[in-house]
Amino acid sequence: MQQTFTPGRVVRALAPLAWIGPAVALIAVVVVWPVVVMVQSSFLKISRFGVVQGSNGFDNYTKLFAEPDFGGVMARSLLWVVAVVGLTVTLSLGLAQLFDQRFPGRRFARWALIAPWAASVLMTSIIFKWMLDPEVGLINMIRRHLGLLDALGGADADPLGNAATAMPWLVFVAVFVSLPFTTYALLAGLSAIPPDVYEAARMDGASRLRTYWSVTLPLLRPALVVATLINVMNVFNSFPIIWAMTHGQPGYSTATSTVFMYILKGSDIGESAAMSVVNFGMVIVLTIVFLRVSKWRAEVS
Amino acid sequence: MTEHREVVDERRPPEGETGGGAPVTVAGSAPATPAAPARRRPAAGPGPARVRALPSVTTVIVAASAYLVAFVFVFPYLVMILTALRPQEELRQATFLPTTFAWSNFTNFWTGGLAQNLGVTLQVAAGSTVLVLLVALPAAYYTARHAFRGRTAFLVLVLITQMFQPTAMLVGIYREFFQLGLVDTVWSLILVNGGFNLAFAVWILNAYFSSIPRELEEAAFIDGNGRFGALFRVTLPLAMPGVVTALIFTFIAAWNEFVVALTLTTTPSGQPLTVALNSFIGQYQVDWQNLFAGSVIATIPVIILFALIERKVVGGLTAGSIK
Repeated sequence: MQQTFTPGRVVRALAPLAWIGPAVALIAVVVVWPVVVMVQSSFLKISRFGVVQGSNGFDNYTKLFAEPDFGGVMARSLLWVVAVVGLTVTLSLGLAQLFDQRFPGRRFARWALIAPWAASVLMTSIIFKWMLDPEVGLINMIRRHLGLLDALGGADADPLGNAATAMPWLVFVAVFVSLPFTTYALLAGLSAIPPDVYEAARMDGASRLRTYWSVTLPLLRPALVVATLINVMNVFNSFPIIWAMTHGQPGYSTATSTVFMYILKGSDIGESAAMSVVNFGMVIVLTIVFLRVSKWRAEVS
Repeated sequence: MTEHREVVDERRPPEGETGGGAPVTVAGSAPATPAAPARRRPAAGPGPARVRALPSVTTVIVAASAYLVAFVFVFPYLVMILTALRPQEELRQATFLPTTFAWSNFTNFWTGGLAQNLGVTLQVAAGSTVLVLLVALPAAYYTARHAFRGRTAFLVLVLITQMFQPTAMLVGIYREFFQLGLVDTVWSLILVNGGFNLAFAVWILNAYFSSIPRELEEAAFIDGNGRFGALFRVTLPLAMPGVVTALIFTFIAAWNEFVVALTLTTTPSGQPLTVALNSFIGQYQVDWQNLFAGSVIATIPVIILFALIERKVVGGLTAGSIK
């Protein structure tokens, strides 16, 4: 590097920094540095009040893996992601098809679809918890009127108090709030398919089902892949639904890894950091696996 | 669903003809005629009387199902509004509808403690929006206009941050702001919300700036406006839809944020509305109606605001991968 440093050259070299520097700095402070601190903390002994008491080696991890609930929490997290994303994507394919048809008032119907997406997930969860209230919940009152429930106020009227019934409700709310974005992403994908492709399929005498399967779905693939990936990220990190509706209770029976991490934070920050690192690793693995699988599919077709 | 519709389609033509006498035109009903996959068919097509007819059976079924779905999606928010209008003494009664609407719940909200939390939410949302604007605008403009070393690296960094969410690194965020002494301040929330919403803003603004011809700006520059004059008088106004989308999106995201605020704020009066409402639930307080009035105030304006930018949001979130 034997170039002469004229002022002009220096200014030119620094120009990108002036424009992009603040953005890089913000990302570094808010996104990158917490990851570093998190990994560091997972190897430290930290008191409940945040005082570092020295290095802890791998003890935080051994303690975490030895937690009696750890296996169940991890299995549940995986099941949670697969169930919520699977249901969301499947239902969204149908909804996108429906809202892609032309009918009077389509604009307004599509607007209604936005509500759970725009509203805070926490608010939506709170209102579902209220509708599931054992004594005055609307859903329980409807169940009572339909003869599905003997009496209000009892254990039967408290679906969130029982692990077997709480989990399906949590999945339901998670799917409910994930559907709008996914449907909109698929609608964008559908509108990007040129009409002449359908024309060609019609000329070939393909049935509607056949056309959907061999023309629409393959062309929808990019939208489907991106929507699924974004959903996997969101659902894996989804915390407010479970926190607002059950707090991961009864016991840890409805806790996923993010909820477990949050609960651990109250007792052992080091162990909680270890859980975060495991969590973070899973997010990265999920992304890579997903990208691999979809690429492999592309090569085959 | 698809199979079902096929059956309906086969039955349709005779029905369509019986109803074909009335000269009613329903906007948008024509393309949903049997050959729907082919979209628009020329007027000289094989079915002459069909184009202008009463809405076909298919259209009616499609519209009815879509309205039903739409109703399901707004239903919880209708329940929220109805509950917020219940008189306090009726809140714990198992009735479908309140006997009277207590509009006073909304006026009482402003004197209750939650109004303070709404103030915090406003500060955080407005602060994050300004921060994102100040930081994303120059970065997006420069990457759209200049080829420089590290441009790709920067855009990849931005794309990666869009994949990350604060929940996964909560402990790191907490420890960092604890060390900085910023726990329990509005600033920490503004920084975190700004940082995690930066990616969306940079992507959508970058797309807008790239789509504006460089020549327009050059012309303004030559006309004696100067670099910044050209930027502010020509490019920025043209990119306004993108700017507005980025701002509204950031505002809503920060407004709705819960997990980071739950972790970083501890003083009840310094917590945003989401956290305050959530802690409300655990307690057996009497003034439940404040909770629901607060929920409505925190939810309904945001849904309306979001409807304004809905079209552009999908493109920004999927970052150009759906073309």
